[in-house]
Amino acid sequence: MTSSPAVVIAGLRHSYGEREALAGVGFELAEGEVFGLLGPNGGGKTTLFRILATLLPVQTGTATILGHNVATEPDAVRRVIGVTFQSPSLDPKLSVRENLKFHGMLYGLTGAALASRIDELLSRLGMADRAKDLAETLSGGLKRRVEIAKSLLHGPRVLLLDEPSTGLDPGARHDLWTYLSQLRAESRVTVLVTTHLMEEAERCDRLGILDRGQLVGLGTPAELRGSIGGDVVTLETGDADALAAAIREKFGIEPQRFGGALRIERTAGHELIRDVVGALGEQIKSASLGKPTLEDVFIQRTGHKFWDDSEPVVDPKKKSKKH
Amino acid sequence: MSAILPIWSLTQREIVRFLRQRSRVTGAFAQPIIFWVLFGVGLSGSFRMPGAAEGGLSYQAYFIPGIAAMIVLFTAIFSSISVIQDRNEGFMQGVLAAPVPRSSLVLGKIMGGTLLAFVQALLFIGLALLLKATGLVTLEFSLSLGRFVASCLLILLMGLGLCGLGFFFAWRLDSVQGFHAIMSVLLFPMWLMSGAFFPSEGSGWLKWIIAINPMTYGVAGLRRIMFPESSAALPSLAVCFAVTALFAVVMVTIDTLLARRPQT
Repeated sequence: MTSSPAVVIAGLRHSYGEREALAGVGFELAEGEVFGLLGPNGGGKTTLFRILATLLPVQTGTATILGHNVATEPDAVRRVIGVTFQSPSLDPKLSVRENLKFHGMLYGLTGAALASRIDELLSRLGMADRAKDLAETLSGGLKRRVEIAKSLLHGPRVLLLDEPSTGLDPGARHDLWTYLSQLRAESRVTVLVTTHLMEEAERCDRLGILDRGQLVGLGTPAELRGSIGGDVVTLETGDADALAAAIREKFGIEPQRFGGALRIERTAGHELIRDVVGALGEQIKSASLGKPTLEDVFIQRTGHKFWDDSEPVVDPKKKSKKH
Repeated sequence: MSAILPIWSLTQREIVRFLRQRSRVTGAFAQPIIFWVLFGVGLSGSFRMPGAAEGGLSYQAYFIPGIAAMIVLFTAIFSSISVIQDRNEGFMQGVLAAPVPRSSLVLGKIMGGTLLAFVQALLFIGLALLLKATGLVTLEFSLSLGRFVASCLLILLMGLGLCGLGFFFAWRLDSVQGFHAIMSVLLFPMWLMSGAFFPSEGSGWLKWIIAINPMTYGVAGLRRIMFPESSAALPSLAVCFAVTALFAVVMVTIDTLLARRPQT
């Protein structure tokens, strides 16, 4: 942690009418760190992202990027941030180069300086031979690369990426993250990335878990994993209620329930498995023992599975994209 | 500088986008000619310019300023629809997150449409002059250099105003279908009620509608410039320029205020 954080968020609240999307969120990003924002859809990630990108007004609380207040100095903030949106922002009818050129001009870049900057980014992202192609002819992965190039044109010091690997195959995702690490190493760019992929979360320096508008976890991936006591025991069963009751009675442990499965965090999980299977074997379909993963942390902190969309989630910013 | 470069960026983009869509280019050039020829032929028999029993204007000639206005209106409509598309396709979010003054965003978008309208209107006027020169059609139409420049200026002002009006509606809409409704109940009737199609000499409420329609003054101005001798009943050229310019300034100002409001 350096003395002057790159991003400071404090007491941030945001409501869409009755629904509270952010219920008092606060954390800091050190300069040059890759910070992952993890959370289910509707958890508040996108709202927080849009506030930092100066696209949503600040209702309560403050957000500062490199000392510039997002609410009162949006233009100063816009100059230092590079934004990659989850939904595409390329003009499909323009070539890759034209997309970059017109975007660079919005940031006051022009002429030879802009042209050489575009060449540099295109070759770094392995897109030099596609410069003349229309954006609409590119594959999803290549489009993403152009989006990234677009957000880097003006040399931003803070990069905001909203689910950057949406629509990327594993290879392209790997390339993206290699590039992000390079960028951070070379130019100490601070990166805030929202994701719902655990393997991406593992690659971040620190993570924040956002659920129902609140920060329910903050730390390095190792710290978060370490916060769970030892092992995770998962029991598959036909009747979760009965098994949970039996375990509660026999062992004095309160298991967490997920559909047809029970989950117990324990040190010395192997002993617990042995005892539980010995005592209640006929009720158990399968038992497994694992070291805690980030997904386990997520489950423990939020009380639901990552992909559990059982509660209806309405995101007012999601507009239909096709007409 | 920091305000002008973004305007130029967005304007240039509009033009490149337009030229890249073959069907749009074809439609934009063919449609006014088709309207001009078909309405000209169809209405020339039943139409008589008031106060010009003999040697008066043919409908073909009468219709030239109206077609020029229609070109500007239709280009403005396409430009406004692209505001909605930019939002839906995601392009707009990149612009909104850039350090671009909102007035530049509005002007860039509006000037793109205006320049496209301008070039198309000039091509149409050029075609009319060319047809006359070849003797294929008898047209009582000619333009001195001064009159040509005045026409250009007025067409540009009309473009800014109409693109600005379209932007005003398009900015808050999220569907192209919604804009079609605005187009059919407001924008297209504006053209019909501007003296473009038939002389604006209605009575009662029709007269008032024509008088408060800002497009009336653009069309009347063009008519005064192009056919000064048969425009006695129209508003003076000074009034036409003043109203058209004022409308453009008002629309750009309103659009800028609208674009400055945060998007919740």
